[in-house]
This record gives sequence, C-alpha cells and structure tokens, in this order.
Amino acid sequence: MQQARENVTIPKILTAPMHVLPLWPVSIALSQLARKLLRAHPTILSRIDKYQENLFELDITDLPFILRLHPARAELRAFRRSAAPDADARISGSLAAFLAMLHGVEDGDSLYFSGSLQIEGDTSAVLALRNALDDAELDLSTEIANALPLLAPPLRLALAPLEKLTGLHLQRADTTPEVY
Amino acid sequence: MELVCPAGTPAALRAAVDAGAHCIYCGFADETNARNFPGLNFSRAELAEAVGYAHARGAKVLVAINTFPTAGQEALWHSAVADAERAGADAVILADLGLLAYTAEHHPDLRRHLSVQAAAANPDAINFYASAFDVRRVVLPRVLSVEEIAAINKEIDVETEVFVFGGLCVMAEGRCSLSSYATGRSPNMNGVCSPPEHVDYATEGNESVARLGGFTIHRTPKGGAAPYPTLCKGCFTSGDKTGHVFEDAVSLDASALVPRLAQAGVTALKIEGRQRSKAYVAQIVRAFRAVTDALDEGRAPPALALARLSEGQAATTGAYAKTWR
Amino acid sequence: MDLTVAPNPFFWNAEAVRCFYAGLADAPVARVVLGELVCSKRLPFWQDEIPQAIAALQAGGKEVALTSLALITLKRERKLTADLLGMGLPVEVNDLSALHHIPEDVPFWVGPLVNVYNEGTLRWLARRGATRICLPPELPMASIAVLAQVAQAEGVALEVWGHGRLPLAISGRCYHARLHERAKDSCQFVCDQDPDGRDVDTLEGQSFLAVNGVQTLSQAYACMADHAARLQQMGISALRLQPQSMGFDAICADYAQLLAGDMTSAALISKLSAAHPDMQFCDGFGRDGAGASWGAKPVLA
Repeated sequence: MQQARENVTIPKILTAPMHVLPLWPVSIALSQLARKLLRAHPTILSRIDKYQENLFELDITDLPFILRLHPARAELRAFRRSAAPDADARISGSLAAFLAMLHGVEDGDSLYFSGSLQIEGDTSAVLALRNALDDAELDLSTEIANALPLLAPPLRLALAPLEKLTGLHLQRADTTPEVY
Repeated sequence: MELVCPAGTPAALRAAVDAGAHCIYCGFADETNARNFPGLNFSRAELAEAVGYAHARGAKVLVAINTFPTAGQEALWHSAVADAERAGADAVILADLGLLAYTAEHHPDLRRHLSVQAAAANPDAINFYASAFDVRRVVLPRVLSVEEIAAINKEIDVETEVFVFGGLCVMAEGRCSLSSYATGRSPNMNGVCSPPEHVDYATEGNESVARLGGFTIHRTPKGGAAPYPTLCKGCFTSGDKTGHVFEDAVSLDASALVPRLAQAGVTALKIEGRQRSKAYVAQIVRAFRAVTDALDEGRAPPALALARLSEGQAATTGAYAKTWR
Repeated sequence: MDLTVAPNPFFWNAEAVRCFYAGLADAPVARVVLGELVCSKRLPFWQDEIPQAIAALQAGGKEVALTSLALITLKRERKLTADLLGMGLPVEVNDLSALHHIPEDVPFWVGPLVNVYNEGTLRWLARRGATRICLPPELPMASIAVLAQVAQAEGVALEVWGHGRLPLAISGRCYHARLHERAKDSCQFVCDQDPDGRDVDTLEGQSFLAVNGVQTLSQAYACMADHAARLQQMGISALRLQPQSMGFDAICADYAQLLAGDMTSAALISKLSAAHPDMQFCDGFGRDGAGASWGAKPVLA
C-alpha cells in the first residue's frame, strides 16, 4: 500500500531563502503559469462560472507567502501574509495536501474531513474551483514546463529526486492508491 | 452484480470507467439533477462524449434527472430527458410523477429507473411505479433492512439497486425540507442539500464553527476532523441531551453486506458521491469491483478499509443491519 | 377559501383525542382529516376513538377524510392502508404507495407529504382521481400560482399549509427513541411525553426543529395569515391548520374570521402571540426564502 503523503512538509532549507527574496518575480512567473494553464484548459473557467471574478486565497502553510488567484484576470500573485488584501474564499493546507489534491491522488473532501485542508469564506466558490481543477486532470510539472520553458530542463531533471526527497506529489497520479 | 458509480465531471467518469465501473450515473449542470453543486456536472456535449468513452469500454451511462420540476418551468426537465436520450444514455433516473408520465409517453424506448428521491419503500409503491410508468429498476431508499429488501424482491418484477457506500440520508429521500427550512433551497426543488452558498465557517476561540443559513450545525475543536454542515448530521441540544440527534457524522459502508444483498436479490450496487473528486471515485470503484469480482467467482470478498475517505472518517451500515429498529 | 384541519401528527392519549375532536365538531372549519400519519405503533392506543370522532364531526357538518401513513414499510402497514378504503370515506394519500390500493374510479385526496411540485404531476394525479390536493409546504408562491390555475382547469381543490409546525421530514429512524437511547422496536411510546413534539435547539440555543417520533417538524409554527389574501386571489380553496395541544379552538376561530374579512392578519398575529408568548412563528416559504424566517425579518434576527 502506498503511503498517504498529505502530511509531509517542505524542508525548511528549501523555504528559508524565500523569506528575504522579493516576491514580485514570483508573482510574474505564477501569473504566466496561470495564464497558460487557463488557456490550455478552457473548461476550468467555464466550470468556475460565476465565481471567476472572486479572489481566492491559497494559503500553503509551509510557504512563507500566500497566493491570491483571480481566475477571470488569470492572476496568481504572491503576498506576504501580513500584506494580503481580503479574499472571497480561502483554502489553507500544506503544499503536500494541495499537490495531492491537484494531481488527483487525494480527494479534496477527504483532506477536508481529516483537517488537512481548511476552508473559509464563500464555500460555493471553493467548491467551484475544486471541481474545475479536478476535472482538468492537471500535471503541474508539465504545466510549469510549458509555461516557463527556461525552467523546464532543470525542473524535469530535478523532479524525480525531489519527489523522493520531499515526499510530495509533484506529478499527476497515473494510478490510485490501493485501499484494501 | 452491477456496480453503479458516480461521476460529477467527465474526468471522474473516465476514472470510474477505468477503475472498473459497470455503470456510471451523472447529471446535467443545472437544477434537473440532485447534485447541483458549483463547478460540477455535464454539458450536453460533455455527456455525449462521456457516453462514447463509456460505451467503447463496455460501461453504461445513466443520467439522473431526479429533482422535481418547477411549476411553469417543466420544459427544462423535458429537454433534459430528450438530450439524455440523444446523447445515447442507457437509462434516465427519475423521481417526479409528472416527469415519469411525460417520459413514458414521449420517450417510450428510453429505459426508466426510479430514483431514490421517489422513496419507494415497499412493494406496493414499486409495483405502482412499474405498472404506471414501466419503470425497470428501482433505487431503494436507505430506510430498509436487508431482510426487508429480500421480502420486497419477492413481490416485485423490476430490478432493485441499493446504496452501498457514501453519504447517507437519514430521512426518507425526496421527502425532506430541512434544507429549504434553513436556507430556502432544497434537494427536491434545487438539487442541493445544505447548499454551500449558505455555509459559513468561522473560527471562534479554539473552535471551528460551521453554520448553515445562520443555524449552528457543528462546533468542533480547531484543526480536528471537520464535517460539512449537512443539517441532519449536525450536533444539537434537546432537553438534557446534546449530540447528534438525527445521525452521527458518518457515512454508509455496506461493503461487508454485499453477499447478503446479493442473496436478497439485489441487481445493482450504488456508490454515492457525484460531488466527490475523481481520486475518490477511482479508489472506491476499484475497491468495490474487487468485491463484486470475488462474489462472481465464488470467492470471499476482501474486507475494505475505506474509512479515511468517509465523512467523519467513520462508517455505519445504516438501516441495512436493522440497528435502527 | 375555507379551512381544513390536518391529521394530528402527534401521539395523544385516547381521552385527549376524544376531547379534541368533540371540540372541533363546532369549530368554523369545513373539513377534517383524521387518522394516524406518523407511526403505526401508536394506532392501537387511540383507534377506538376514530368512529366517534367521525360521527361527531359529520354531525357538525364537517367533511371527513382518513389519512394514510406518511411512510409505509411493514406488511401490517400495507394492510392497514388497504383497509382504509373499506371505511366509506375519502382517503388522503400521504404515501404514494396508497395509490396501489385505490381503484381507478375512486376519488381520493392528496396530502402535503406527497411531492406535487408541478403541472405534470398535478394533472396526472387529477386524471387518476385526485379531487383535493394540499401542496407541500416548501413550495414557493410562484409555483402555487401556476398550480392554482391548473387545478382549476382540472377541477381539483387546492390547499396550502396555513398554520402549525411544518412537517419537514420523515425517516425510518425514530428520534424520540434515539433521544431516550432506546431502539425503535422497544420505544415504550416515549413520544407521548411531547404532545407538540420535542424541541431541538442548536448548540448556541437557537430554536430550530422539533422531533415527533420518526417525523421532524419545524420548531416555529408556520402562520400564513399575511399571505391568505394573496392565496385567495390565486384561487386556493383552503388553508390547512395543524392540530396543536393548546388553544386550537381559538386558532380555528381566528383564521375563519381572517378568511371572512372580519379580522386583519396583524390582529390575528398579535392575538396568537399574546395567547402563546413562548411560540415562535415562521412564514418564510410564503416569502420565497428560508422557511424559518418570519415576516420581513431575516432568519434569526
């Protein structure tokens, strides 16, 4: 049986430099990623439907900043926790939990029932986003490679060892874990 | 036995087919189906494509049109039936008398299943639907014991389908207005129970509070397992008692009862959860397919360990084991 | 528009039943639906009162019908339902399986626990023999208006829930027994301790629901007085009043005056509030909102 990996956290050594580095390059890269991703998967926006104009806060608790997603503007920006504007809906959890959900390894409701993910604000908007992303069958490493080609070769090389090192689900699951 | 599996999105449908579902049920993205949640369900084009995917792999697709049409707006439900037939659906799952009558008259060749939302809980009700609308299969309400199901099957000629896993209505389905009492929106009218736009989560001190339409449904220690504020699973006070007055925050797991359900004459096993992700669907379907395969081959079915996927991470056999008596 | 008294959903002893229906014989209501709606196990305790109650009500000029159970599962419950037809009174169907026992040419009534949400269903029932239908309480006004027109065309009398704790759900599980930590089969009839149902509040003390055996009701009493005139204009033929243990005679009298134009809805509501200071009211379904809301106020304000 494959080990459930929603509880692992990113080693501090990887996140420490982000406390001091400026966030604007991160925001630019992330928005590039969001724009390409939404263009490649148009059903994401159609499923988010009337919540496209909502501001979603993704609080990845083991990162030193939080992310703000505005689907209609295809904006994904990073903010220091103290400087973030108010969002309509907020999802918080570890990077591992977010990636496991995004890559179809873990069920969002199960993560929520077990307390690995928490939500606040407009629950409808959260559901719309969750369902839209679940249907899109995303593979974040492929999306990153497509959106940020300069990053791609080192990323591809780094992916497998990084998965092993961190225990994170960095790629889409081809098979689901055994449950019996 | 036939395994009938949920799909809230085309991706979930493909995951269910790939995981071994014999049959998938799904609905259109509007008020015609009882899982009308944001971001969920199928467009007409998505359904046609999904039927193609399923049929190419030997699986069937059932379309749930199982809310009660709104007066003055029946055309929406009528077109859903026509569109399901056009997309190649193997059957439609209906609950409303008027819609059953309409479908029997205008789409006589489209196979009709009776939704659990019709709450046909005894042979008289089932025989009534069978004779009036030529219903071929009945999804039994979750208020019956295995013995009662066996007795029902002796008195009817149509197939029966029973829920074996997932969310559990403790009330007779399709006959509950708790949700609209608190929020104005109900399963019968809008296809949603305890709708998310009326849910409010807040942190107060060391507790997470979940409210629905302003009514407090749960207070749980912060960071612990947090159930969705479904009304009938809430924690309330009555006189000197405080607790889950209606039902604990558990979900149904009748996997251990599958052999007995087979003996009781049940044709199909249904998994609840069109609102759940493709990861959930794939895991549950694979687990239950192992059970039905074992049964078909005369082996003892494997014990499943599915609690992690359940609401409240705890399971019950519901009414099947007669503990409600 | 006139008044119909709903079947009493609660478990009252034989004497309470006798007094209640004796008193109702002179009340200004047009008709009364009698019988056990919620739990077949209660029936042996009070069924001997039914013949006298029918006789008294008919002597008082009331039309009388007998209700089916709301949820029929057991063999004896099916038999009970079949037997209802032999009594020579209209049967009010509150579980569709009762239709299996009603011949095609016998007229029947349909209660609020049957899902009549649209024209198609109403027409089908009318053609099957329904002559009177009480709509489900959660139905919005726009739907009621559409159905009122169809009902007139089909010759069906349409009723709307007028007063009393709303019947919100029915279950295979008995909540009274559960609250007393008893199994349903050995409940010892504990629901007789709560003649108007047992209150269920939220953890923060908000009044919310009431349980009555296998039934769940609203804790607030629906009062549709403010909507009566509009319903009358739509062509609704009766308001339905649900029995309660206290002050029901006055409730019948006040609603009769309201319909006759001899009392305003504001006067009815203030009289009701004065007579029952602890009672909470709701009419949200009449305002197309959450059923629990009351007047123009939002829920819980």
